[in-house]
Amino acid sequence: MPLSSHDTVKRMVTGLLTARGHEPDLLLQHLIAIQLAYSYVPEIAVEVLSSVLGVTRSRIRACVDFYAFLHARPRGDYDVLFSDNITDRMAGSEALRQQLTKRLGVRLDQTRGDGRVTVSLTSCTGMCDQGPAMLVNGLAVTALTPKRIERIGELVEAGVPLEHWPAKFFVVEDHIHRAGDLLSNAEKMSAGLQRFLDLGPQAALGELEASVLRGRGGAGFTTALKWRICRDSPGDERFVVCNADEGEPGTFKDRVLLARYPDLVFKGMTLCAGIIGARKGYLYLRGEYRHMLPRLEWVLSRRREQGLLGWDICGQPGFDFDIEIHLGAGAYVCGEESALIESLEGKRGVVRKRPPYPVVSGFQGRPTVVNNVETFLAAARIVEWGGHWFRGEGTQQSAGSKILSVSGDVARPGIYEYPFGTPVSRVLEDCGGTGAQAVQVSGAAGVTLAPSEFSRTLSFEDLPTSGSFMVLGPDRDLMDMTRNFARFFAHESCGFCTPCRVGNRLLEALVEKVAAGKASAYDLEEMRQIGNLMRQASYCGLGTTAANHVRDILDKFPDTFQRRLRPGSDFTPAFDLDAALAAARAITGRNDAGAHLEEA
Amino acid sequence: MNLANSFRLDGREIPFQPGQTLMDAALAAGAYIPHLCHNPELAPHGSCRVCVVRVGGRLVSACTAPAAAGLEVASDTPDIQASRRAILQMLFVEGNHICPACEKTGACQLQAVAYYVGMLEPHFTHFFPRRDVDASHPDYVIDFNRCILCELCVRASRDLDGKHVFAISGRGIDSRLVIESPTGKLGDSAFAATDRAAHVCPVGAILPKRGAYSVPIGQRLYDREPISQVGDVAANEGRARS
Ligand SMILES: Cc1cc2nc3c(=O)[nH]c(=O)nc-3n(C[C@H](O)[C@H](O)[C@H](O)COP(=O)(O)O)c2cc1C
Ligand code: SF4
Ligand code: SF4
Repeated sequence: MPLSSHDTVKRMVTGLLTARGHEPDLLLQHLIAIQLAYSYVPEIAVEVLSSVLGVTRSRIRACVDFYAFLHARPRGDYDVLFSDNITDRMAGSEALRQQLTKRLGVRLDQTRGDGRVTVSLTSCTGMCDQGPAMLVNGLAVTALTPKRIERIGELVEAGVPLEHWPAKFFVVEDHIHRAGDLLSNAEKMSAGLQRFLDLGPQAALGELEASVLRGRGGAGFTTALKWRICRDSPGDERFVVCNADEGEPGTFKDRVLLARYPDLVFKGMTLCAGIIGARKGYLYLRGEYRHMLPRLEWVLSRRREQGLLGWDICGQPGFDFDIEIHLGAGAYVCGEESALIESLEGKRGVVRKRPPYPVVSGFQGRPTVVNNVETFLAAARIVEWGGHWFRGEGTQQSAGSKILSVSGDVARPGIYEYPFGTPVSRVLEDCGGTGAQAVQVSGAAGVTLAPSEFSRTLSFEDLPTSGSFMVLGPDRDLMDMTRNFARFFAHESCGFCTPCRVGNRLLEALVEKVAAGKASAYDLEEMRQIGNLMRQASYCGLGTTAANHVRDILDKFPDTFQRRLRPGSDFTPAFDLDAALAAARAITGRNDAGAHLEEA
Repeated sequence: MNLANSFRLDGREIPFQPGQTLMDAALAAGAYIPHLCHNPELAPHGSCRVCVVRVGGRLVSACTAPAAAGLEVASDTPDIQASRRAILQMLFVEGNHICPACEKTGACQLQAVAYYVGMLEPHFTHFFPRRDVDASHPDYVIDFNRCILCELCVRASRDLDGKHVFAISGRGIDSRLVIESPTGKLGDSAFAATDRAAHVCPVGAILPKRGAYSVPIGQRLYDREPISQVGDVAANEGRARS
């Protein structure tokens, strides 16, 4: 994109501020819009934002530096990000990436000389059932094939605007393969609030209590209790936040729920508002799902017209509630509820100190409910159908059903809903995951299951899950997975606390050392120790779970690492003396045997 | 002692006031829990993780965990000291800490805590990051090589000086301290030698110019007494270099 003149940028930013608002909370949203317009955040934009929003320049730059989708230097006119989840890799993304960079004559992460294009990798974009996938200027392109890549190369070279790219490139499928209690007949369910109004907030909360619904985002906190605590916490205002950050590698069910049943999700948020007494809600939508933004905005405005949002909802005086959508900008940690709130407030997504918990002090220091998309959808159904209906399925501690995102080496990747208590083997049968050597349950932060564990059940008692279910077929090398996850966590650590910030980088280096065949048994023990420390001493759930995959491989698939160890060595220094001599060789122009170390 | 308002730290009864953290109460009772990012003048932060203690089978940071009656808190145990050692080692390899060549040696909290937990070598592979030195300010120099990201200067400048001179930028291992000024240089910022932020850095990252060796090595704060006796750098400012 041509470096725009100061004046144009100034005008654009001033226009943004006028259109959307001057609250400091909007900083990140403004930065996202500026990035989209100019392919970076020009310094002059920082100046304008700083003076108008009253936020220091360094804080604005710090924000740009934190989020993977914001840049201080121009990216190409076409900013291409290949989704780099292990499922994308298994589907051949690396070869496609190389095909495209070669076709365009561009190196990874380097904007082409003419400013036309930049190609990089990004963390899982939530298209695992239809990968390999990429984002082009923030919009999802799915089902990549060599043919599609060739065509994309042509379109980029010809400078064709995205609006004129073939529409089928941008199609995102829902792939719902198994509907249970929540998803069956969900289309026919009322998006209205009549039942809630008939019950009243107290009885509606009672239904939720009877349902024993627990949060679907992973941690499994009882939803009714969360809402009750929030309602009873002192505060002049309260907020409802829907967590649609869905950053866990391998999950995409929230994307499908928002595409298929946005009304039910918004309805769930509105009930929550009615119960806790909130007047404002936010949907925090990960940047990777920006393609859904126009439709979601449209649904919100329709609901306003229908009297289901806004002032005096359904004619009830004083029932005022509205929902605003905030976008994320490429940060997995922003799925953690307190980091999400920081991000909603326009800051770097760094986890907050707890206590206080968000239910007591959340958005703008006010009591705030943060729930997963699926949790709000379930709450909407429960208020309609009753807590006992929901309780009818599941196990002792896990009422109801769970929606899974199934991907990897399976015949039918997509969305599957099962009652809690369903064994892993049942899911494998249904999705066609024959001969799986491992299943990664609950994402990169979850657990790696060996076949002997496939009888274990999906439930809070046994295998709690955010819904990610990635299957690794018999011919896969688990080393690829563990390398992918180690890279992911090192990239996504927020950097706040020492064990996670440094530990993830150390772990990544050790995993690479193993992969390169340079490690010894000592290094494996190091990995275990570092992992233990991260699990025990990290500040938030990202750091405490980031080494799970390494531990599981060490314990359950030891051969993955063992067979790569350097033979006959108890210890291999990380420092590679011969490599260090390369600089001296380059300077002296020598390359004879005497300029190399003898191979031990 | 009123047991309703006390907990036990390594078997020792520690009284507390409502609202205090484990760290507040321990410090008030003269019990030392090693720490780097904590300073009683500032809101607890919980980022360095050096003050982890075991409560009910879990490690928590003493500086952020609320004190509660009857808690059994373990701090000075071999496994907890080992965890702290590893955290210290991580901090050492993450930056460039060349103690013998650092003018803060002997009066550095990172070094002193490392001694306290028995750290004898850095253990992990050094990262050797490329970082700058900023000597643009007339009275102070910042050596980013030694910054441990404790955010004490960030918090002091914001909460005590009302200036916002410092911020943390980036993420993960690329996190770094930045300065609020048009050029990003300290000399062009609102920073002054009289700021509280000038006197809270636990390591040799924010240093006054002229006076580096006024106290000879060997006679410095932690050369004389261990940190468990004399406490933090910030609490000894003035004394450390007098
Ligand atoms: C690193 C990290 C990432 C998370 N990502 C998500 C996410 O993408 N979506 C989500 O709903 N919860 C996520 N969580 C859990 C949230 O912190 C929080 O528990 C959840 O949103 C609460 O909603 P629920 O009770 O409905 O599950 C994450 C937690 C951590 C530690
Ligand atoms: S564990 Fe620490 S560094 Fe990692 S994401 Fe959480 S707060 Fe940030
Ligand atoms: S400069 Fe010093 S006080 Fe500031 S963050 Fe770095 S180590 Fe902490």
